[in-house]
Amino acid sequence: MNFDLTWMAWTWPTAAFFATILLLLCGMAVWEYAAPGGNPRVGILRFETTRGDRLFLSLLGSAFIHLAWLGLVGSNLWWALALSVVYAIGVFRYV
Amino acid sequence: MDKTWNNKAWFLVLPVLVLVAFSAVIPLMTVVNYSVQDTFGNNVFFWAGTEWFEELLSSSRFWEAMTRNLIFSFIILAIEVPLGIFIALNMPKKGWGVPVCLVLMALPLLIPWNVVGTIWQVFGRNDIGLLGYYVNALGIDYNYVQDPFDAWVTIIVMDVWHWTSLVVLLCYAGLVSIPDAFYQAAKIDGASRWAVFRYIQLPKMNRVLLIAVLLRFMDSFMIYTEPFVVTGGGPGNSTTFLSIDLVKTALGQFDLGPAAAMSLVYFLIILLLSWVFYTVMTNYDAER
Repeated sequence: MNFDLTWMAWTWPTAAFFATILLLLCGMAVWEYAAPGGNPRVGILRFETTRGDRLFLSLLGSAFIHLAWLGLVGSNLWWALALSVVYAIGVFRYV
Repeated sequence: MDKTWNNKAWFLVLPVLVLVAFSAVIPLMTVVNYSVQDTFGNNVFFWAGTEWFEELLSSSRFWEAMTRNLIFSFIILAIEVPLGIFIALNMPKKGWGVPVCLVLMALPLLIPWNVVGTIWQVFGRNDIGLLGYYVNALGIDYNYVQDPFDAWVTIIVMDVWHWTSLVVLLCYAGLVSIPDAFYQAAKIDGASRWAVFRYIQLPKMNRVLLIAVLLRFMDSFMIYTEPFVVTGGGPGNSTTFLSIDLVKTALGQFDLGPAAAMSLVYFLIILLLSWVFYTVMTNYDAER
């Protein structure tokens, strides 16, 4: 069988991006195995969230932070990445 | 009592995972790959970085299409939800009228989207269409091919005709699930028609109304087939919504990079809105 994936047009940066997402999901699975139940709690949004919800919010928010940075500041995304990490820490701490 | 752990259930989820992988995850990964590259075909790609995203975010064409989409969704919800509630309230609750009304309401939902578009494309034409011809005969200058306002009216009326039934059926399902005891208690208290609606029917319909608003918003925000068939996005770009613009960019101009970037931004907006609606709905359930 010939697994020709050239049509998917893989690049190293996009592969690294998806590998990071995969690693995050694996990390969450390990976390869940170590501390089952998803750690549900009510944070500043005033409704119950689990670890999975908080990861989803972090990733979605990070995507919008990067887009906003591109649209309003410029194409150097390292600061947007740093801001996203701070945002994700905030989400995991307070949401 | 101790829980019994049985991980065999995961195997039952596998077929769905495989299906979703091939129908959603792999195409989405490909779109991400395309969004940072440029191509002239033949599977030859050139790295473009964030260029397409920057171009998209500074493009008036994108923001105009987005604004049109939001205005369209807002108008659709503002008409279809109150109209759906009104019709559902006035539908018979027992007797032979129930199946008749339900079948009549279900009819527009059974018609494929492209057929709905074709019906209204012909219906609205001022030379051979029943609607277009008679509206012009009444002295109203109506031509959806040339006038942006007429094109918008046609698309909105078409969508209302096609989808109000869904709101009606959902509201009706909510209404018939209210036990008679509620109405009897209201009657004993001498409640007015408005009070019955405000304090009994509306709260009981809340859940289905949320579903109706969610479905109609998402559907109208992603609308493609009907306006594409009726107006093709015109006159000019007056009815070019995001989805139409996306297809024009991807298939009309073969600009796969910019189209992929637009798809991702569109996807993120839909994902955010879905999460908001889902959260509202699940929390409403939890509160109840």
